[in-house]
Amino acid sequence: MDSGRQLGVGVPAGLEMTLELSARDRELLAGDHGPGARLAMSILVRVAGVTGVERLMDITGAHIDSSLYMGDATLAFAERLASLGAKVAVPSSLNVSGVDEHGWKDWPVPPAWAASAHRQMVAYQTMGCTPTWTCAPYQTKARPVFGQQIAWGESNAICFANSVIGARTERYPDLLDICAAITGRVPEAGLHLDTNRGGQDLFRLRDIPESIQRDDAFYPVLGHLIGKITQERIPVIEGLTVVPAEDQLKALCAATASSGAVALLHIVGVTPEAPTKEAAFRGANPERIFDVTMDGLRAARAELTTSAGAALDMVVLGSPHFSVAEFRQLAPLLVGRRRHPNVEFLVTSSRIMSLLAQDAGLLEPLEAFGGKVTVDTCVLTTPMLRPEIKTLMTNSAKYAYYSPGLLRTAVVFGSLADCVESAVLGRVFRDESLWVA
Amino acid sequence: MGRVIRGEVIVAGAGSGPLLVTDQALSFWGGYDQLTGEIIDRRHPLSGQIAAGTVLALPASRGSSTTSAVFLEAAKAGTAPAAIITIGPDRFLALASIVADEVFGKGIPMVAVSAADFGLLVTGTMAVVSPDGRVELGST
Repeated sequence: MDSGRQLGVGVPAGLEMTLELSARDRELLAGDHGPGARLAMSILVRVAGVTGVERLMDITGAHIDSSLYMGDATLAFAERLASLGAKVAVPSSLNVSGVDEHGWKDWPVPPAWAASAHRQMVAYQTMGCTPTWTCAPYQTKARPVFGQQIAWGESNAICFANSVIGARTERYPDLLDICAAITGRVPEAGLHLDTNRGGQDLFRLRDIPESIQRDDAFYPVLGHLIGKITQERIPVIEGLTVVPAEDQLKALCAATASSGAVALLHIVGVTPEAPTKEAAFRGANPERIFDVTMDGLRAARAELTTSAGAALDMVVLGSPHFSVAEFRQLAPLLVGRRRHPNVEFLVTSSRIMSLLAQDAGLLEPLEAFGGKVTVDTCVLTTPMLRPEIKTLMTNSAKYAYYSPGLLRTAVVFGSLADCVESAVLGRVFRDESLWVA
Repeated sequence: MGRVIRGEVIVAGAGSGPLLVTDQALSFWGGYDQLTGEIIDRRHPLSGQIAAGTVLALPASRGSSTTSAVFLEAAKAGTAPAAIITIGPDRFLALASIVADEVFGKGIPMVAVSAADFGLLVTGTMAVVSPDGRVELGST
Protein backbone atom coordinates (compact mmCIF):
# COMPACT_ATOMS: atom_id res chain seq x y z
CA MET A 1 0.00 0.00 0.00
CA ASP A 2 1.40 3.39 -1.03
CA SER A 3 0.64 5.27 2.16
CA GLY A 4 2.50 2.60 4.13
CA ARG A 5 5.74 3.37 2.33
CA GLN A 6 5.25 7.12 2.73
CA LEU A 7 5.03 6.72 6.47
CA GLY A 8 8.69 5.82 6.51
CA VAL A 9 10.74 3.72 8.86
CA GLY A 10 9.27 2.86 12.20
CA VAL A 11 5.59 2.54 11.41
CA PRO A 12 4.18 -0.31 13.48
CA ALA A 13 3.05 -3.16 11.26
CA GLY A 14 -0.59 -2.84 10.22
CA LEU A 15 -0.84 0.90 10.80
CA GLU A 16 -1.84 1.59 7.23
CA MET A 17 -4.75 -0.80 7.71
CA THR A 18 -6.12 0.86 10.88
CA LEU A 19 -5.79 4.61 10.17
CA GLU A 20 -8.49 5.77 7.79
CA LEU A 21 -7.40 8.86 5.86
CA SER A 22 -9.74 11.30 4.08
CA ALA A 23 -9.14 12.32 0.45
CA ARG A 24 -7.65 15.62 1.64
CA ASP A 25 -5.46 13.81 4.19
CA ARG A 26 -4.06 11.73 1.32
CA GLU A 27 -3.44 14.83 -0.78
CA LEU A 28 -1.55 16.43 2.09
CA LEU A 29 0.48 13.27 2.59
CA ALA A 30 1.23 13.03 -1.12
CA GLY A 31 2.58 16.59 -1.21
CA ASP A 32 -0.29 18.03 -3.31
CA HIS A 33 -0.48 20.98 -0.87
CA GLY A 34 3.27 21.55 -0.82
CA PRO A 35 6.27 19.97 0.87
CA GLY A 36 5.76 21.76 4.19
CA ALA A 37 2.22 20.43 4.55
CA ARG A 38 3.49 16.99 3.48
CA LEU A 39 6.10 16.94 6.28
CA ALA A 40 3.51 18.09 8.86
CA MET A 41 1.03 15.43 7.71
CA SER A 42 3.65 12.71 7.70
CA ILE A 43 4.56 13.46 11.32
CA LEU A 44 0.90 13.68 12.33
CA VAL A 45 0.03 10.35 10.69
CA ARG A 46 2.99 8.54 12.25
CA VAL A 47 2.05 9.85 15.71
CA ALA A 48 -1.58 8.87 15.14
CA GLY A 49 -0.29 5.40 14.30
CA VAL A 50 1.52 5.10 17.62
CA THR A 51 -1.70 5.66 19.54
CA GLY A 52 -3.77 3.47 17.24
CA VAL A 53 -6.55 5.93 16.34
CA GLU A 54 -8.95 5.13 13.51
CA ARG A 55 -9.23 8.51 11.83
CA LEU A 56 -8.34 12.19 11.97
CA MET A 57 -10.74 15.07 12.62
CA ASP A 58 -10.93 18.81 11.86
CA ILE A 59 -9.94 21.57 14.27
CA THR A 60 -10.81 25.28 14.05
CA GLY A 61 -7.99 26.80 16.12
CA ALA A 62 -4.54 26.10 17.51
CA HIS A 63 -2.15 27.43 20.14
CA ILE A 64 1.48 26.78 19.31
CA ASP A 65 3.93 25.98 22.10
CA SER A 66 6.60 25.00 19.56
CA SER A 67 7.48 28.72 19.54
CA LEU A 68 9.74 28.05 22.55
CA TYR A 69 13.37 28.14 21.49
CA MET A 70 15.04 25.15 23.09
CA GLY A 71 18.13 24.95 20.91
CA ASP A 72 19.38 24.09 17.42
CA ALA A 73 16.83 21.34 16.86
CA THR A 74 13.64 23.30 17.56
CA LEU A 75 14.95 26.17 15.44
CA ALA A 76 15.92 23.85 12.57
CA PHE A 77 12.48 22.21 12.73
CA ALA A 78 10.70 25.59 12.56
CA GLU A 79 12.88 26.91 9.76
CA ARG A 80 12.52 23.66 7.81
CA LEU A 81 8.71 23.93 7.89
CA ALA A 82 8.79 27.65 7.04
CA SER A 83 11.28 27.22 4.20
CA LEU A 84 9.14 24.43 2.75
CA GLY A 85 6.29 26.95 2.55
CA ALA A 86 4.10 25.53 5.32
CA LYS A 87 1.19 27.82 6.36
CA VAL A 88 -1.27 27.29 9.19
CA ALA A 89 -4.75 26.26 8.02
CA VAL A 90 -6.58 27.54 11.13
CA PRO A 91 -6.21 30.67 13.35
CA SER A 92 -3.15 29.93 15.49
CA SER A 93 -1.92 31.90 18.51
CA LEU A 94 1.67 31.66 19.70
CA ASN A 95 2.87 30.67 23.16
CA VAL A 96 5.86 32.30 24.81
CA SER A 97 9.05 32.60 22.80
CA GLY A 98 12.65 32.23 23.90
CA VAL A 99 13.29 35.95 24.15
CA ASP A 100 11.61 39.27 25.01
CA GLU A 101 11.86 40.63 21.47
CA HIS A 102 12.31 44.30 22.43
CA GLY A 103 13.42 44.06 26.06
CA TRP A 104 16.10 41.36 26.18
CA LYS A 105 19.01 43.80 26.28
CA ASP A 106 17.94 44.90 29.78
CA TRP A 107 18.98 41.45 31.02
CA PRO A 108 22.09 39.29 30.68
CA VAL A 109 20.62 37.30 27.77
CA PRO A 110 23.46 36.14 25.49
CA PRO A 111 23.12 37.90 22.10
CA ALA A 112 23.58 34.61 20.24
CA TRP A 113 20.65 33.11 22.13
CA ALA A 114 18.51 36.18 21.42
CA ALA A 115 19.36 35.99 17.70
CA SER A 116 18.43 32.29 17.44
CA ALA A 117 15.27 32.65 19.52
CA HIS A 118 14.27 35.60 17.34
CA ARG A 119 14.79 33.56 14.17
CA GLN A 120 12.39 31.00 15.62
CA MET A 121 9.81 33.77 16.32
CA VAL A 122 10.11 34.87 12.70
CA ALA A 123 9.73 31.31 11.39
CA TYR A 124 6.39 30.79 13.16
CA GLN A 125 5.09 34.17 12.02
CA THR A 126 6.14 33.27 8.46
CA MET A 127 3.85 30.25 8.79
CA GLY A 128 0.94 32.61 9.49
CA CYS A 129 0.67 32.31 13.29
CA THR A 130 -0.53 35.35 15.28
CA PRO A 131 2.26 36.85 17.43
CA THR A 132 0.41 36.70 20.76
CA TRP A 133 3.52 35.45 22.64
CA THR A 134 1.69 34.35 25.76
CA CYS A 135 1.08 31.24 27.85
CA ALA A 136 -2.33 32.67 28.84
CA PRO A 137 -3.93 32.94 25.36
CA TYR A 138 -7.32 32.23 26.94
CA GLN A 139 -7.21 35.77 28.39
CA THR A 140 -6.82 37.33 24.92
CA LYS A 141 -8.84 37.39 21.71
CA ALA A 142 -7.51 33.88 21.08
CA ARG A 143 -9.87 32.56 23.80
CA PRO A 144 -11.81 29.59 22.39
CA VAL A 145 -15.51 28.92 23.03
CA PHE A 146 -17.36 26.05 24.70
CA GLY A 147 -17.30 22.91 22.59
CA GLN A 148 -14.79 24.27 20.06
CA GLN A 149 -12.40 21.63 18.70
CA ILE A 150 -8.87 23.01 19.00
CA ALA A 151 -5.26 21.79 19.11
CA TRP A 152 -3.51 23.55 21.96
CA GLY A 153 -0.01 23.25 23.31
CA GLU A 154 1.24 24.57 26.71
CA SER A 155 0.06 22.51 29.66
CA ASN A 156 -1.57 25.28 31.69
CA ALA A 157 -3.43 26.60 28.64
CA ILE A 158 -4.64 23.13 27.70
CA CYS A 159 -6.03 22.58 31.19
CA PHE A 160 -7.69 26.01 31.28
CA ALA A 161 -9.23 25.67 27.79
CA ASN A 162 -10.69 22.25 28.56
CA SER A 163 -11.70 22.82 32.17
CA VAL A 164 -12.73 26.45 32.56
CA ILE A 165 -14.00 27.11 29.02
CA GLY A 166 -15.11 23.64 27.94
CA ALA A 167 -13.25 23.76 24.63
CA ARG A 168 -11.97 20.38 23.36
CA THR A 169 -8.26 19.72 23.11
CA GLU A 170 -5.90 16.88 23.77
CA ARG A 171 -2.55 17.59 25.39
CA TYR A 172 -0.61 18.66 22.28
CA PRO A 173 3.14 18.64 22.72
CA ASP A 174 5.61 20.97 21.03
CA LEU A 175 6.30 19.89 17.44
CA LEU A 176 2.84 18.32 17.03
CA ASP A 177 0.78 21.45 17.70
CA ILE A 178 2.20 23.15 14.61
CA CYS A 179 1.64 20.02 12.50
CA ALA A 180 -2.02 20.08 13.57
CA ALA A 181 -2.27 23.80 12.75
CA ILE A 182 -0.73 23.33 9.29
CA THR A 183 -2.97 20.40 8.37
CA GLY A 184 -6.06 21.51 10.32
CA ARG A 185 -6.29 17.90 11.51
CA VAL A 186 -5.76 15.93 14.72
CA PRO A 187 -6.20 12.30 15.75
CA GLU A 188 -9.87 11.71 16.63
CA ALA A 189 -9.22 10.63 20.18
CA GLY A 190 -8.94 11.54 23.83
CA LEU A 191 -10.48 14.74 25.12
CA HIS A 192 -11.84 15.71 21.69
CA LEU A 193 -14.57 13.13 22.32
CA ASP A 194 -17.27 13.88 24.94
CA THR A 195 -17.27 10.29 26.16
CA ASN A 196 -13.65 10.65 27.35
CA ARG A 197 -14.28 13.80 29.37
CA GLY A 198 -15.89 12.30 32.47
CA GLY A 199 -14.12 12.59 35.83
CA GLN A 200 -12.02 9.74 37.22
CA ASP A 201 -10.75 10.82 40.65
CA LEU A 202 -12.94 12.60 43.22
CA PHE A 203 -11.28 15.10 45.56
CA ARG A 204 -13.57 16.12 48.45
CA LEU A 205 -12.66 19.29 50.33
CA ARG A 206 -12.98 18.49 54.03
CA ASP A 207 -13.28 21.34 56.56
CA ILE A 208 -11.36 23.84 54.44
CA PRO A 209 -12.28 27.27 55.88
CA GLU A 210 -13.65 29.85 53.45
CA SER A 211 -10.89 32.19 54.56
CA ILE A 212 -8.46 29.72 52.92
CA GLN A 213 -10.69 29.13 49.89
CA ARG A 214 -10.73 32.87 49.18
CA ASP A 215 -6.95 33.17 49.49
CA ASP A 216 -4.99 33.24 46.23
CA ALA A 217 -2.38 30.86 47.63
CA PHE A 218 -5.03 28.16 48.10
CA TYR A 219 -5.39 27.47 44.36
CA PRO A 220 -1.77 26.74 43.44
CA VAL A 221 -1.40 24.66 46.62
CA LEU A 222 -4.59 22.68 45.92
CA GLY A 223 -3.50 22.19 42.31
CA HIS A 224 -0.06 20.98 43.33
CA LEU A 225 -1.65 18.45 45.72
CA ILE A 226 -4.20 17.17 43.21
CA GLY A 227 -1.78 16.97 40.27
CA LYS A 228 0.66 14.94 42.28
CA ILE A 229 -1.99 12.38 43.22
CA THR A 230 -4.07 12.23 40.05
CA GLN A 231 -1.17 12.47 37.56
CA GLU A 232 -2.72 12.20 34.05
CA ARG A 233 -6.27 11.43 35.19
CA ILE A 234 -9.32 13.71 35.22
CA PRO A 235 -9.91 15.02 38.75
CA VAL A 236 -13.24 16.32 40.05
CA ILE A 237 -13.16 18.78 42.94
CA GLU A 238 -16.17 18.81 45.24
CA GLY A 239 -16.92 21.01 48.21
CA LEU A 240 -15.71 24.43 47.11
CA THR A 241 -18.04 26.90 48.83
CA VAL A 242 -16.77 30.09 47.21
CA VAL A 243 -16.80 31.08 43.54
CA PRO A 244 -13.17 31.33 42.41
CA ALA A 245 -11.99 34.18 40.21
CA GLU A 246 -10.66 33.41 36.73
CA ASP A 247 -7.06 34.01 37.77
CA GLN A 248 -7.48 31.62 40.70
CA LEU A 249 -8.68 28.94 38.28
CA LYS A 250 -5.71 29.80 36.06
CA ALA A 251 -3.36 29.17 39.00
CA LEU A 252 -5.14 25.91 39.84
CA CYS A 253 -4.85 24.61 36.27
CA ALA A 254 -1.18 25.58 35.97
CA ALA A 255 -0.37 23.79 39.22
CA THR A 256 -2.17 20.54 38.36
CA ALA A 257 -0.48 20.55 34.95
CA SER A 258 2.97 20.93 36.57
CA SER A 259 2.93 18.40 39.41
CA GLY A 260 0.76 16.12 37.27
CA ALA A 261 -0.26 15.99 33.63
CA VAL A 262 -3.81 17.17 34.14
CA ALA A 263 -5.40 18.28 30.86
CA LEU A 264 -8.96 18.53 32.19
CA LEU A 265 -10.43 19.01 35.65
CA HIS A 266 -13.95 19.62 36.83
CA ILE A 267 -15.11 21.67 39.83
CA VAL A 268 -18.66 20.82 40.87
CA GLY A 269 -20.83 23.90 40.58
CA VAL A 270 -18.09 25.98 38.95
CA THR A 271 -16.78 24.60 35.64
CA PRO A 272 -19.12 24.23 32.63
CA GLU A 273 -19.19 20.45 32.37
CA ALA A 274 -19.80 19.98 36.10
CA PRO A 275 -23.14 21.52 37.12
CA THR A 276 -23.47 18.46 39.41
CA LYS A 277 -21.15 15.71 40.60
CA GLU A 278 -23.06 13.21 38.43
CA ALA A 279 -22.54 15.38 35.35
CA ALA A 280 -18.83 15.75 36.13
CA PHE A 281 -18.45 11.97 36.18
CA ARG A 282 -20.83 11.56 33.20
CA GLY A 283 -22.95 9.20 35.27
CA ALA A 284 -20.07 6.88 36.25
CA ASN A 285 -18.71 6.31 39.74
CA PRO A 286 -15.38 7.83 40.78
CA GLU A 287 -12.53 5.36 40.31
CA ARG A 288 -10.79 6.72 43.41
CA ILE A 289 -11.86 9.10 46.18
CA PHE A 290 -9.53 11.36 48.16
CA ASP A 291 -10.24 13.77 51.00
CA VAL A 292 -8.44 17.10 50.87
CA THR A 293 -7.72 18.26 54.42
CA MET A 294 -5.85 21.22 55.86
CA ASP A 295 -3.03 18.83 56.79
CA GLY A 296 -2.75 17.72 53.16
CA LEU A 297 -2.74 21.33 51.98
CA ARG A 298 -0.06 22.30 54.50
CA ALA A 299 2.15 19.45 53.27
CA ALA A 300 1.61 20.45 49.63
CA ARG A 301 2.39 24.08 50.45
CA ALA A 302 5.60 23.02 52.19
CA GLU A 303 6.64 20.97 49.13
CA LEU A 304 6.53 24.05 46.92
CA THR A 305 9.38 25.57 48.92
CA THR A 306 12.91 24.15 48.64
CA SER A 307 14.77 26.88 50.54
CA ALA A 308 15.09 26.63 54.30
CA GLY A 309 16.60 30.02 55.11
CA ALA A 310 15.50 33.63 54.83
CA ALA A 311 17.93 34.57 52.04
CA LEU A 312 16.25 36.03 48.97
CA ASP A 313 17.59 37.34 45.63
CA MET A 314 14.53 37.80 43.44
CA VAL A 315 10.74 37.78 43.42
CA VAL A 316 9.17 36.59 40.19
CA LEU A 317 5.43 36.68 39.44
CA GLY A 318 3.44 35.74 36.37
CA SER A 319 3.42 32.06 35.43
CA PRO A 320 1.03 31.84 33.69
CA HIS A 321 1.45 35.38 32.35
CA PHE A 322 0.05 38.10 34.62
CA SER A 323 -3.39 39.43 33.64
CA VAL A 324 -4.69 42.96 34.01
CA ALA A 325 -6.72 41.77 37.00
CA GLU A 326 -3.52 40.54 38.64
CA PHE A 327 -1.72 43.83 37.93
CA ARG A 328 -4.72 45.53 39.54
CA GLN A 329 -4.36 43.32 42.61
CA LEU A 330 -0.62 43.95 42.82
CA ALA A 331 -0.56 47.73 42.38
CA PRO A 332 -2.07 48.77 45.75
CA LEU A 333 0.37 46.49 47.59
CA LEU A 334 3.27 48.46 46.08
CA VAL A 335 2.13 52.05 46.51
CA GLY A 336 4.54 54.12 48.58
CA ARG A 337 6.96 51.24 49.02
CA ARG A 338 10.26 50.24 47.48
CA ARG A 339 11.97 46.91 47.06
CA HIS A 340 15.13 46.15 49.04
CA PRO A 341 18.18 46.97 46.87
CA ASN A 342 19.35 43.35 47.03
CA VAL A 343 16.10 41.82 45.82
CA GLU A 344 15.01 42.04 42.17
CA PHE A 345 11.28 42.16 41.47
CA LEU A 346 9.94 40.90 38.14
CA VAL A 347 6.51 40.35 36.61
CA THR A 348 6.27 38.23 33.45
CA SER A 349 3.32 39.01 31.20
CA SER A 350 2.17 39.42 27.62
CA ARG A 351 2.49 42.55 25.50
CA ILE A 352 -1.27 43.00 25.39
CA MET A 353 -1.77 42.62 29.15
CA SER A 354 1.13 44.91 30.05
CA LEU A 355 -0.15 47.56 27.62
CA LEU A 356 -3.62 47.36 29.14
CA ALA A 357 -2.06 47.60 32.60
CA GLN A 358 -0.05 50.63 31.50
CA ASP A 359 -3.17 52.34 30.12
CA ALA A 360 -4.89 51.66 33.45
CA GLY A 361 -2.03 53.31 35.35
CA LEU A 362 -1.07 50.03 37.01
CA LEU A 363 2.57 49.98 35.94
CA GLU A 364 3.56 53.26 37.60
CA PRO A 365 3.43 51.84 41.16
CA LEU A 366 5.45 48.85 39.93
CA GLU A 367 8.14 51.08 38.41
CA ALA A 368 8.25 53.29 41.52
CA PHE A 369 8.63 50.14 43.62
CA GLY A 370 11.69 49.18 41.55
CA GLY A 371 9.98 46.33 39.74
CA LYS A 372 10.25 45.35 36.09
CA VAL A 373 8.04 43.70 33.50
CA THR A 374 9.24 41.19 30.92
CA VAL A 375 6.95 40.24 28.03
CA ASP A 376 6.89 37.54 25.31
CA THR A 377 8.68 34.99 27.48
CA CYS A 378 9.34 34.01 31.11
CA VAL A 379 12.26 33.24 33.40
CA LEU A 380 12.01 29.52 32.61
CA THR A 381 12.28 29.95 28.85
CA THR A 382 14.88 32.67 28.36
CA PRO A 383 18.30 32.86 30.09
CA MET A 384 17.70 36.26 31.69
CA LEU A 385 18.74 35.75 35.30
CA ARG A 386 22.12 36.79 36.62
CA PRO A 387 24.12 33.81 37.93
CA GLU A 388 24.15 35.43 41.38
CA ILE A 389 20.42 34.76 41.69
CA LYS A 390 20.31 31.72 43.99
CA THR A 391 16.90 31.99 45.67
CA LEU A 392 13.62 32.96 44.04
CA MET A 393 10.28 33.66 45.66
CA THR A 394 7.00 33.33 43.77
CA ASN A 395 3.25 32.96 44.14
CA SER A 396 3.17 30.58 41.15
CA ALA A 397 3.16 26.82 41.68
CA LYS A 398 4.51 26.40 38.14
CA TYR A 399 7.52 28.64 38.78
CA ALA A 400 8.00 26.91 42.14
CA TYR A 401 7.84 23.46 40.56
CA TYR A 402 10.22 24.04 37.66
CA SER A 403 12.78 26.57 38.97
CA PRO A 404 14.96 24.16 40.95
CA GLY A 405 15.55 21.89 37.93
CA LEU A 406 15.58 24.43 35.09
CA LEU A 407 17.28 27.35 36.81
CA ARG A 408 19.10 25.47 39.57
CA THR A 409 17.79 27.97 42.10
CA ALA A 410 16.18 27.41 45.46
CA VAL A 411 12.57 28.57 45.60
CA VAL A 412 10.11 29.85 48.16
CA PHE A 413 6.37 29.75 47.58
CA GLY A 414 4.25 32.48 49.15
CA SER A 415 1.14 34.57 48.60
CA LEU A 416 1.24 37.71 46.48
CA ALA A 417 1.36 39.82 49.66
CA ASP A 418 4.16 37.62 51.08
CA CYS A 419 6.16 38.15 47.88
CA VAL A 420 5.84 41.95 48.08
CA GLU A 421 6.61 42.04 51.80
CA SER A 422 9.69 39.87 51.33
CA ALA A 423 10.94 42.06 48.47
CA VAL A 424 10.69 45.11 50.76
CA LEU A 425 12.34 43.41 53.74
CA GLY A 426 15.10 41.83 51.65
CA ARG A 427 14.47 38.44 53.23
CA VAL A 428 11.77 35.76 53.08
CA PHE A 429 8.65 36.66 55.02
CA ARG A 430 5.50 34.55 55.03
CA ASP A 431 2.28 35.33 56.89
CA GLU A 432 1.41 31.94 58.38
CA SER A 433 -1.81 33.06 60.12
CA LEU A 434 -4.10 31.34 57.58
CA TRP A 435 -2.09 28.13 57.54
CA VAL A 436 -1.19 27.39 61.18
CA ALA A 437 -2.70 24.21 62.60
CA MET B 1 22.25 -15.23 26.36
CA GLY B 2 19.87 -13.63 28.80
CA ARG B 3 16.17 -13.19 28.85
CA VAL B 4 14.22 -11.78 25.85
CA ILE B 5 11.20 -9.49 26.17
CA ARG B 6 8.91 -8.88 23.21
CA GLY B 7 7.77 -5.29 23.03
CA GLU B 8 5.61 -3.28 20.67
CA VAL B 9 7.60 -1.22 18.16
CA ILE B 10 6.89 2.48 18.67
CA VAL B 11 9.82 3.80 16.64
CA ALA B 12 11.81 1.08 14.94
CA GLY B 13 15.56 0.94 15.36
CA ALA B 14 18.43 -0.80 17.04
CA GLY B 15 20.04 0.51 20.23
CA SER B 16 21.86 -0.96 23.17
CA GLY B 17 23.35 0.06 26.48
CA PRO B 18 23.06 -0.44 30.22
CA LEU B 19 19.50 -0.17 31.49
CA LEU B 20 18.55 2.88 33.55
CA VAL B 21 15.21 2.03 35.15
CA THR B 22 12.68 4.10 37.09
CA ASP B 23 9.09 3.43 38.10
CA GLN B 24 8.32 7.16 38.06
CA ALA B 25 7.30 9.25 35.06
CA LEU B 26 9.64 12.06 34.04
CA SER B 27 9.08 15.51 32.57
CA PHE B 28 12.00 16.12 30.21
CA TRP B 29 11.49 19.91 30.43
CA GLY B 30 13.14 20.72 33.71
CA GLY B 31 13.97 17.05 34.11
CA TYR B 32 16.52 16.27 31.37
CA ASP B 33 19.62 18.32 30.53
CA GLN B 34 19.81 18.22 26.72
CA LEU B 35 23.47 19.30 26.79
CA THR B 36 24.69 16.49 29.05
CA GLY B 37 21.94 13.86 29.20
CA GLU B 38 21.72 14.25 32.99
CA ILE B 39 18.39 13.81 34.74
CA ILE B 40 17.96 17.10 36.60
CA ASP B 41 14.50 16.87 38.17
CA ARG B 42 15.66 17.06 41.78
CA ARG B 43 12.42 15.48 42.94
CA HIS B 44 12.92 12.42 40.69
CA PRO B 45 14.64 9.25 41.92
CA LEU B 46 17.03 9.29 38.92
CA SER B 47 18.18 12.84 39.69
CA GLY B 48 21.91 13.14 38.92
CA GLN B 49 22.07 10.04 36.69
CA ILE B 50 23.35 10.38 33.11
CA ALA B 51 20.80 8.86 30.74
CA ALA B 52 22.76 9.52 27.51
CA GLY B 53 23.82 6.22 25.97
CA THR B 54 21.70 4.12 28.32
CA VAL B 55 18.53 2.21 27.53
CA LEU B 56 16.18 4.37 29.57
CA ALA B 57 13.17 2.50 30.94
CA LEU B 58 10.44 4.69 32.39
CA PRO B 59 6.67 4.20 32.62
CA ALA B 60 5.92 7.37 30.65
CA SER B 61 6.83 11.01 30.21
CA ARG B 62 4.86 13.60 32.08
CA GLY B 63 4.26 17.26 32.81
CA SER B 64 4.74 20.12 30.43
CA SER B 65 4.20 19.80 26.70
CA THR B 66 7.82 20.87 26.15
CA THR B 67 9.07 17.34 26.91
CA SER B 68 9.00 16.52 23.19
CA ALA B 69 11.12 19.55 22.26
CA VAL B 70 13.77 18.78 24.86
CA PHE B 71 13.91 15.17 23.70
CA LEU B 72 14.29 16.34 20.09
CA GLU B 73 17.21 18.57 21.12
CA ALA B 74 18.84 15.64 22.89
CA ALA B 75 18.32 13.36 19.88
CA LYS B 76 19.96 15.91 17.54
CA ALA B 77 22.78 16.67 19.97
CA GLY B 78 23.56 12.99 20.65
CA THR B 79 22.72 13.23 24.37
CA ALA B 80 19.57 11.10 24.19
CA PRO B 81 19.36 7.55 25.52
CA ALA B 82 20.40 4.84 23.02
CA ALA B 83 16.84 3.51 23.22
CA ILE B 84 13.71 4.02 25.30
CA ILE B 85 11.39 1.47 26.87
CA THR B 86 7.99 2.57 28.22
CA ILE B 87 4.90 0.85 29.60
CA GLY B 88 2.50 1.20 26.68
CA PRO B 89 3.10 3.79 23.95
CA ASP B 90 4.25 7.25 25.05
CA ARG B 91 3.15 9.63 22.31
CA PHE B 92 5.25 12.56 23.55
CA LEU B 93 8.55 10.75 23.33
CA ALA B 94 7.42 8.93 20.16
CA LEU B 95 6.65 12.29 18.52
CA ALA B 96 10.13 13.63 19.26
CA SER B 97 11.75 10.49 17.92
CA ILE B 98 9.58 10.61 14.76
CA VAL B 99 10.50 14.27 14.15
CA ALA B 100 14.17 13.48 14.81
CA ASP B 101 13.84 10.78 12.14
CA GLU B 102 11.87 12.91 9.61
CA VAL B 103 13.95 16.08 9.95
CA PHE B 104 17.43 14.93 11.02
CA GLY B 105 17.48 11.20 10.23
CA LYS B 106 18.23 10.58 13.91
CA GLY B 107 15.24 8.69 15.36
CA ILE B 108 15.66 7.11 18.81
CA PRO B 109 14.47 3.47 18.95
CA MET B 110 11.43 3.08 21.19
CA VAL B 111 9.64 0.00 22.43
CA ALA B 112 6.52 -0.33 24.61
CA VAL B 113 6.24 -3.29 26.97
CA SER B 114 3.67 -4.59 29.46
CA ALA B 115 3.85 -3.58 33.13
CA ALA B 116 4.78 -7.17 33.98
CA ASP B 117 7.70 -7.21 31.54
CA PHE B 118 8.75 -3.76 32.69
CA GLY B 119 9.11 -5.23 36.16
CA LEU B 120 11.87 -7.53 34.83
CA LEU B 121 14.10 -4.57 33.96
CA VAL B 122 16.94 -3.84 36.37
CA THR B 123 19.29 -0.85 36.29
CA GLY B 124 22.77 -1.78 35.11
CA THR B 125 21.75 -4.84 33.07
CA MET B 126 22.84 -4.64 29.43
CA ALA B 127 19.88 -4.36 27.05
CA VAL B 128 19.81 -4.73 23.26
CA VAL B 129 16.74 -3.29 21.54
CA SER B 130 16.03 -4.64 18.04
CA PRO B 131 14.01 -3.05 15.22
CA ASP B 132 11.37 -5.77 15.59
CA GLY B 133 10.68 -4.79 19.21
CA ARG B 134 12.69 -7.51 20.92
CA VAL B 135 14.66 -6.51 24.01
CA GLU B 136 17.50 -8.88 24.94
CA LEU B 137 18.68 -8.62 28.52
CA GLY B 138 22.27 -9.58 29.31
CA SER B 139 24.32 -9.62 32.46
CA THR B 140 24.85 -6.69 34.80
